[in-house]
Amino acid sequence: MIEVRGLAHRYGSAPALQVAQWRVAQGERWAVIGPSGSGKSTLLHVLAGLVRPSEGEVEVSGQSLGKLAGATLDRWRGATVGIVLQALHLVRHLSVRDNLRLAQYLAHLPQDDTRIHDTLASLGVADKAGRRPPELSQGERQRVAIARAVVNRPKLLLADEPTANLDDAAAALAVDLLAEQAARHGATLVVATHDARVKTKLRDRLELA
Amino acid sequence: MNLASLSASYLRARPLHTALSLMLLALGVATIVVLLLVVGQLEERMNRDARGIDLVVGAKGSPMQLILSGIYHLDAPTGNVPLAAAQTLTKNRFVKKAIPLALGDSWKSYRIVGAGHDYPSHYGAVMAGGRLWEKPMEAVLGAEVAARTGVKVGDKFVGAHGIGGEGDEHKEAPYTVVGVLAYTGSVLDRLVLTGIESVWQVHEVHQGPQDEADRKGMEADREVTVVLLQYASPLAAATLPRQINSKSELQAASPAVETARLFRIIGVGAEALRAFAIILMIAAGLSVFIALYTALEERRYDLAVMRTLGASPRRLFGLLLLEGLGLALLGALIGVALGHLFASLLGAWLESEQQYAVSGLAWREEELWLAGAALAVGFLAALLPAWRAYRTDVSGTLAHG
Repeated sequence: MIEVRGLAHRYGSAPALQVAQWRVAQGERWAVIGPSGSGKSTLLHVLAGLVRPSEGEVEVSGQSLGKLAGATLDRWRGATVGIVLQALHLVRHLSVRDNLRLAQYLAHLPQDDTRIHDTLASLGVADKAGRRPPELSQGERQRVAIARAVVNRPKLLLADEPTANLDDAAAALAVDLLAEQAARHGATLVVATHDARVKTKLRDRLELA
Repeated sequence: MNLASLSASYLRARPLHTALSLMLLALGVATIVVLLLVVGQLEERMNRDARGIDLVVGAKGSPMQLILSGIYHLDAPTGNVPLAAAQTLTKNRFVKKAIPLALGDSWKSYRIVGAGHDYPSHYGAVMAGGRLWEKPMEAVLGAEVAARTGVKVGDKFVGAHGIGGEGDEHKEAPYTVVGVLAYTGSVLDRLVLTGIESVWQVHEVHQGPQDEADRKGMEADREVTVVLLQYASPLAAATLPRQINSKSELQAASPAVETARLFRIIGVGAEALRAFAIILMIAAGLSVFIALYTALEERRYDLAVMRTLGASPRRLFGLLLLEGLGLALLGALIGVALGHLFASLLGAWLESEQQYAVSGLAWREEELWLAGAALAVGFLAALLPAWRAYRTDVSGTLAHG
């Protein structure tokens, strides 16, 4: 599913990320761990095709990312990758439903309210579809952010520090929800974290130095 | 969800900025629309009123006053000229058509014009009811006069001396309405027409008892106020005015020259207003620019997230551009609507003042250009913000948030 060879990325002359070899099979659940500054977020951005690495080859779901560019890469990302960000970044003035519609629209997929409802229902927030993010609790917002990431049934689900600022119970629940949703859609899950509570829940680990 | 509804949602999310931009743009557009309508319609009407009249001859005075009183019936006449002098003009070989008018009285501040039947026929007037005057003291009302006074064929009225409506009434010489003209869109609509003899009679009656000798004397002293002339050939323009102006008691004024002079004077005010409107539109453009540009800071995460959801940079560019264009289009529509509303209000007020009516229902081709200009303002204002959105550094933005 993911195949990384000789990956290195530098911002200017400072090395930001190095991964000699990494293979991930479809459906696996990985934790990418390491101290801050070790390039966890950068690796996720590389996998999503948001950052073009300085060196190395990256293949995701059979697609060599080096061969994609511009709008084709953007379209591929929209259809293949779901991303949950630490700060969630839902669009504040759009309803929950419209946040998910936005994901479908921007990925050039049909806008399907049944799919949106099912996705929200699987995360227990179907009744919040008409609300705007500021009206929701932190936990509900996180569920909506996960729903937005999986509504297009991505093959790869990425989460960047999803448990930062959460208490133990909420952190455990967040990781469970991500794993559950990944399993539901047959997606591969990669979570970047420095949180020990996450590491114990995910079987496979990639350690960055 | 599409780019248009998404950009609209961002405009709605910042109602104050959006309203300010819309207001500035709409006011600028509305000001120009009012100018276009008023100046355009005024010019049209003045040209229509002066059509076929190459020269106005009357008493010495200001040539513009002669035009304003003789053609447009807006100003006081410069005075009267002897009928005999006017009659010699009709025989001049350079003159194709001469229409003598006797002015000076009014009814309810509508001017009473003593004229021949050639005067209404010059404007192509047709009767809406009744007939033209045949005998002295028979009057025909312009369409607007009839509509606003409610006076009908068969009614009688008394004219007053002077044109302000405050002069002495000629009670002993009432007019009988024998006809009403159909609407012509010309100055005729606001006039009361009668035979030229009626005007003489009204003033002669004034002078009390008279014998045959007096009457003869008065006939010799008969005067007209202006004569409207049409040239027989273009050659006349070179010679006739000079020929007339050299006679001590007559003055000739060219409507083309005087209205051009008038529009130059009005034009200064119109230009100032136009400049003001353009400043408003530039301010609107700046407002759109500032609204979009400052919003970029708080929107950079939204933009970055949209990229993670599969949006291409081009789509983000389009999103911002659509916001600018959407604002401009809405502002232009509101502005055009406001402009026509203002023009209608102005028209209603002017009509109640018995001035040139302005219609808010007429459209001008320039308004399309104006809408185009507004869109260009929106486009230019959104260009730089759109470019910044295009260049959003997704990874860098998300790494810091």
